[in-house]
Amino acid sequence: MKYACFIYGDDEPLPGDEQTKLREDSIAYHRELKRKGHLVALEALDDAETATTVRRRNGKLSMTDGPFAEIKEHLGGFFILKARDLNEAIRLAGDHPAARWDAIEVRPVRDIPKPE
Amino acid sequence: MIAELESIYRDESRHIFATLIRLLGDVELAEDALHEAFLSAAEQWPREGVPRNPRSWLISAGRFQAIDVMRRRGRYDAAAQRLARQTERSHEMSVDLEQTPDDDLRLIFLCCHPALALDAQVALTLREACGLTTEEIARAFVALPSAIAQRIVRAKNKIRDARIPYEVPGPQELPQRLHGVLHVIYLLFNEGYDASHGVTLVRADLCGEAIRLGRLLAGLLPDPETCGLVALMLFHHARRAARTDASGNLVLLDDQDRSMWDRTEIAEAEAFLQRAFASPCPGRYAYEAAIAQVHVSAQRAGETNWGRIVTLYDRLLGVEPSPVVELNRAVAIAMRDGTEAGLALIESIVARCDVEDYRFVHAARADLYRRLERWSEARAAYQQALSLTEQEAERRYLLDRLAQLE
Repeated sequence: MKYACFIYGDDEPLPGDEQTKLREDSIAYHRELKRKGHLVALEALDDAETATTVRRRNGKLSMTDGPFAEIKEHLGGFFILKARDLNEAIRLAGDHPAARWDAIEVRPVRDIPKPE
Repeated sequence: MIAELESIYRDESRHIFATLIRLLGDVELAEDALHEAFLSAAEQWPREGVPRNPRSWLISAGRFQAIDVMRRRGRYDAAAQRLARQTERSHEMSVDLEQTPDDDLRLIFLCCHPALALDAQVALTLREACGLTTEEIARAFVALPSAIAQRIVRAKNKIRDARIPYEVPGPQELPQRLHGVLHVIYLLFNEGYDASHGVTLVRADLCGEAIRLGRLLAGLLPDPETCGLVALMLFHHARRAARTDASGNLVLLDDQDRSMWDRTEIAEAEAFLQRAFASPCPGRYAYEAAIAQVHVSAQRAGETNWGRIVTLYDRLLGVEPSPVVELNRAVAIAMRDGTEAGLALIESIVARCDVEDYRFVHAARADLYRRLERWSEARAAYQQALSLTEQEAERRYLLDRLAQLE
């Protein structure tokens, strides 16, 4: 079963060299995830202020500047992992170095028909 | 025969249900299967007699019913078809068909899974692990049955869709998960015992269910803190008959008729307490139970060993620091060292911590002011406590105290 993990955090800089450490730990963690066959996809996102939110209503396209929801925490990246069940997914997501600073939302991925 | 079937339902249905979830991999399906199994029993047993092993018979009947249901669905759903074949195959090999204690544990840990909201854990535990009806749960929580039903359905959907596994947590996760289960059991008990709103002081059903679950858990997974919790609940529960008078008014510990306490439950509580303190580092429930034990072991209220209680509160603060525990300790200090010492301590806690909305603070302050004959301060504090309680028996008690001050 697949789980999407969304990483939410604020823009506060981390103390000292924690930022560097987080980056290095994350790279190692992702590598490990892949080695064990859990990693399906992985992306980091640009800053929330670079986002544009798009809607089409009555045929007319409209857009607003910024992310869909204005909250203190921003969606900073996501990864999709393969896990046996929610307990394993939670364990894996909880081991992500970002979990020490940010919050990770773990959501089951729904099985829909996809183009080959 | 009906009586026999009813008693088998009472004693066995939760165990059978726990096993059916494992065999069928789905809570909903297991619920229907359980229901169908007992229907078959009601039909066949009067004719053919009660089978030698009713539990196995019912598990097997439930399983076959479910396979039937899956087959019928299978015409439309290939996955269900596959599942039906799988289930049938394992049935023929009769692997893991027997009910095992692990199934009961799996069910408890499933209901108390931390990925579910706490109120959903509580409702689900009562519904699935205790077998209460939605209406009974709604009555216990003074909620609408539809609201409780929705809470349970949402939780079951999450279990299915997010695939919350049916398993006993591994050794690494076990301590934290067990802590969560104990928390839910204690919530159930307190909801029954304290009933923070509503007219009855003790909702016996919830207390009974909490104790039953606690005993079951202590039997399946011996753990000092589980024993501590069971001891604590039993010490409180043993006093239930003395806690209210004939007209439903609250009777404080000091004024309770100690001959009305349930000595059998106290003896059982003491045995559990001993097991709780067999641990090198007893937990919060163990210490709370030990405090309750000091209270019940006094022949008269005046003979209570307050020095021992203060010591136990100090230990409790060591494992679980909280303003509430500090307040309780302050009341014990008032008894050991004098009212003024206790009052000074309470005022310092109020100044330091955010406890203004906690009704017990004001009731405790009020009692100490009253003992010091500082009437106007006592009156103000009783009134503050009164404004914070939603519970009828407690309200009457406070009004009574206020009237005495006039």
